[in-house]
Amino acid sequence: MIPLGFYLLVSAILFTIGAFGFLIKRNIITMFMCIELMLNAVNLSFVAFARYYSLLDGQVFVFFVMAVAAAEAAVGLGIIVALFRNRQTLNVDETNLMKW
Amino acid sequence: MEIAIFLLFAGVAIVSAANILIQRHPIYSALSLIVTFIALAGIYLQMHAEFIAVMQIVVYTGAIMVLFIFVIMLLNAGAEQRVPDKVHVVKYFGLPLAVLFIVETGLIVSSSFSNEGIAVESASINLSGNTQLIGKALYTQYALPFEVTSLLLLVAIVGAIVMAKKEL
Repeated sequence: MIPLGFYLLVSAILFTIGAFGFLIKRNIITMFMCIELMLNAVNLSFVAFARYYSLLDGQVFVFFVMAVAAAEAAVGLGIIVALFRNRQTLNVDETNLMKW
Repeated sequence: MEIAIFLLFAGVAIVSAANILIQRHPIYSALSLIVTFIALAGIYLQMHAEFIAVMQIVVYTGAIMVLFIFVIMLLNAGAEQRVPDKVHVVKYFGLPLAVLFIVETGLIVSSSFSNEGIAVESASINLSGNTQLIGKALYTQYALPFEVTSLLLLVAIVGAIVMAKKEL
């Protein structure tokens, strides 16, 4: 028996690392990877709760989250390539055209 | 024994997730993220979520991270430079706030689910071969969200093609 709290704690730690990395990293690709890490942390919570309540709905939700993550990665990396082609940089601090 | 396996996978996941932040070069961050995903797949496998574990390997490490590494190599992304004066607020407030958030979550979780456990051995619940059940749920109860997902993927394909056009 592994307590449910362990899974939720691991999930919280991974989510916090992802959110923290999103804030401190300046490379847009690394920031994007931190978003993927946050999605995975939430997936872990979903699967743990699905197991805990012995329902399958949590795993179905994880399936949908993965589909959204795949779509997001395709479009987001397309945006990053287009951005790099126009600005020749991956640093988000230099991409401040719309910053007031 | 099972808790030792869980702690091993969780430790690998957390350490390699922290390594994403420590590394300055994006390719090393991407490789650490792959290790995190594989460790999470091990945790899913231990929870008898075989379908999710295989999806994790195939979709995340097989498709998404390969795409990431492909883009990193295509753009020839170098190591991140240190920004001396802009990150002071993050440096002094971010880490304590992150630790505070983890402690808070841990307290809430431990007070709500203190002595509830997840049966890793599927003696009581027969969910061991649950891929068939997930497939059935996807095509009956979740048929509409499933079709909407296919629409989402179509939109993503069109969006990726538009983004990859010559002039933008």
